[in-house]
Amino acid sequence: MAELTIRTMAEFAAAGEVPEVLFWVGCAGSFDDRAKKITKAFVRILNAANVKFAILGQEESCTGDPARRAGNEFLFQMQALQNITVLNGYGIKRIVSACPHCFNIIKNEYPALGGNYEVMHHTQFINALLKEGRIKIEGGDFKGKRITFHDPCYLGRGNGEYEAPREVLLKLDAALVEMKRSKAKGLCCGAGGAQMFKEAEPGNKEVNVERSEEALGTEPNIIAAGCPFCNTMLTDGVKHFNKEGEVVVKDVAELIAEAGEL
Amino acid sequence: MGIGNIVFIILLIGASFLFAKNIRRLVRNINLGKDQKIDDRKGERWSLMARVALGQSKMVVRPIPGILHVLVYAGFVIINIEVLEIVIDGVLGTHRVFSFLGGFYDVLIGSFEVLALLVLVACVIFLIRREVLRIKRFWNKEMGGWPRTDATLILVMEILLMGAFLKMNATDQILAERGVGHYIVAGSYPISSMLRPFFEGMSDGTLVLLERSYWWFHIVGILAFLNYLPYSKHLHILLAFPNVWYSKLQPKTEIANMPRVTGEVRSMMDPSIPPPEPAAQNMVAGAEVPDRFGAKDIFDLSWKSLMDAYSCTECGRCTSECPANLTGKLLSPRKIMMDTRDRVAEVGRVIDAKGKWEDDGNSLHSRITDEELWACTTCNACTEACPVNIDPVNIIVEMRRYLVMEESKTRPALTSMFNNVENNGAPWAFGPDKRMEWTEG
Repeated sequence: MAELTIRTMAEFAAAGEVPEVLFWVGCAGSFDDRAKKITKAFVRILNAANVKFAILGQEESCTGDPARRAGNEFLFQMQALQNITVLNGYGIKRIVSACPHCFNIIKNEYPALGGNYEVMHHTQFINALLKEGRIKIEGGDFKGKRITFHDPCYLGRGNGEYEAPREVLLKLDAALVEMKRSKAKGLCCGAGGAQMFKEAEPGNKEVNVERSEEALGTEPNIIAAGCPFCNTMLTDGVKHFNKEGEVVVKDVAELIAEAGEL
Repeated sequence: MGIGNIVFIILLIGASFLFAKNIRRLVRNINLGKDQKIDDRKGERWSLMARVALGQSKMVVRPIPGILHVLVYAGFVIINIEVLEIVIDGVLGTHRVFSFLGGFYDVLIGSFEVLALLVLVACVIFLIRREVLRIKRFWNKEMGGWPRTDATLILVMEILLMGAFLKMNATDQILAERGVGHYIVAGSYPISSMLRPFFEGMSDGTLVLLERSYWWFHIVGILAFLNYLPYSKHLHILLAFPNVWYSKLQPKTEIANMPRVTGEVRSMMDPSIPPPEPAAQNMVAGAEVPDRFGAKDIFDLSWKSLMDAYSCTECGRCTSECPANLTGKLLSPRKIMMDTRDRVAEVGRVIDAKGKWEDDGNSLHSRITDEELWACTTCNACTEACPVNIDPVNIIVEMRRYLVMEESKTRPALTSMFNNVENNGAPWAFGPDKRMEWTEG
């Protein structure tokens, strides 16, 4: 596997260069061991496509999404204003993120605080790279595999993007099977609205178990996700049913990186 | 002019007066909420209203109740033309005043009859769905007591009204054929003609009595129903339209900014920026309401949230798709809307009784528990499911804001998350120095 080429925005600025896009890694993508693999897979795709991208590195800070959703508007705005100062300082115009929560908040909620950028989810970005022919992949290993895609609420219902991840997955030559609750009716994985960071309130079932049960009902080989939090929730759900030997939960970026042997 | 006309005119004026009063109270109650200017993208709003409210596009996502609902809705709107005739007849003492329309009148009456039958059948099916099939969303915890009675009353009332309409036509046509009094042969009766065998053996006097009773029942029923609306979930037949027009047009998962917090945070980050002036006291219904962070009570919510609450017809599609509710949590988005509406009504009653608002020691939080609020994943399944674009998530987020920023009440794990974000710039206990570790190896 080739060495990853990763440069920070500070390095770009020092060299007097402007990146094509800023990759907003996000906290999960930076710190969570499972999500780090998604981050690297996406970087491999960016490298393979010769995308001149930058990361903020240590200058990146939590977008404030969980704080705002949990009602802490002060903390959210402190985070947001600090991030916007950094982003505007570098003159950033385009941002891509592999996290729908970061994507949603930077795209929709930063403008009210003075942060205006073109923001894309990584599945949209990958889809564009494929369409422009900047990367080419062949289904190969995925031929005949059954893949079901779990719509992240903050990408799908939240921002109306249902097609980009599916268009990307179709390139794998696999059978894309839909859950009954998909697209606008997709069921949440249970992590949104800051639930990721707390115990679930009392109930009779975990949301991720309910969703994983539905995903497993499509008899997939792969459950595809587009969000690091969904990924964690579904991975746990698959384990709950002792199916981790048969069914894997993978991010769309990981599947493309694998298919392209990137 | 006979005594009947005078009684009718008095009833009509009385009912209209009462209705106007009810509407004024409703508007006042909705305006207890905070100002929010919603007048952008007008073209989009009209087209949304045409599709979602007029066109019922979100109703038919679930085809069975959706199509049945379209029938009842179409019936309601179209049969109102008949009500217009009844009102004119009632005031002027005429009989079937529109019958001069001839062939067109036949078509009108004929289609009213078909619609009346369809409405009747749909309402019977609706009752069966609720009471016999006991479809789960009609039997959630919040659906006991008044909400269930309300639903049953509405359906039974509609069945009775449609029944009276058809029986009125059945007796009317027999009388017309017999050439009794002012009854005239007009209209076509594809449905009610089938009811004729029940009435044909009766004397003219009995038939006239029955025909008049059905006529009076039909119109008095409608006038009573009109004034029942403001106390009922059935208010959606009026509010669905403005409520959809004022829909949130932003992406569903976008949460609105709090400009006052921005002022304070900017000042905190840069001491050269003075902190914002403390917000002026709001005068609402003759009382001072402090400007709070988030929502403690209905005064702290946008008027749109209060309109949302009054527009809710308790169908429960939101709750039936809510991941928290599906997994046994206390949260039900429908209950959030019902509680908000009931609280607005409660505040309204205090204002009616005392002439101005006086704190009654209750708030929205007396009805909606923290456990409900903290169960929401903000996934927006509820806002997607709502046929009239009600937004329960907004109320939940505003109430969370109050808990956190005014009461410092949250879940312990969320407090740690806040601390981590504040100290490390990440929701976990990893500092910025670890942020690039993924790039190594």
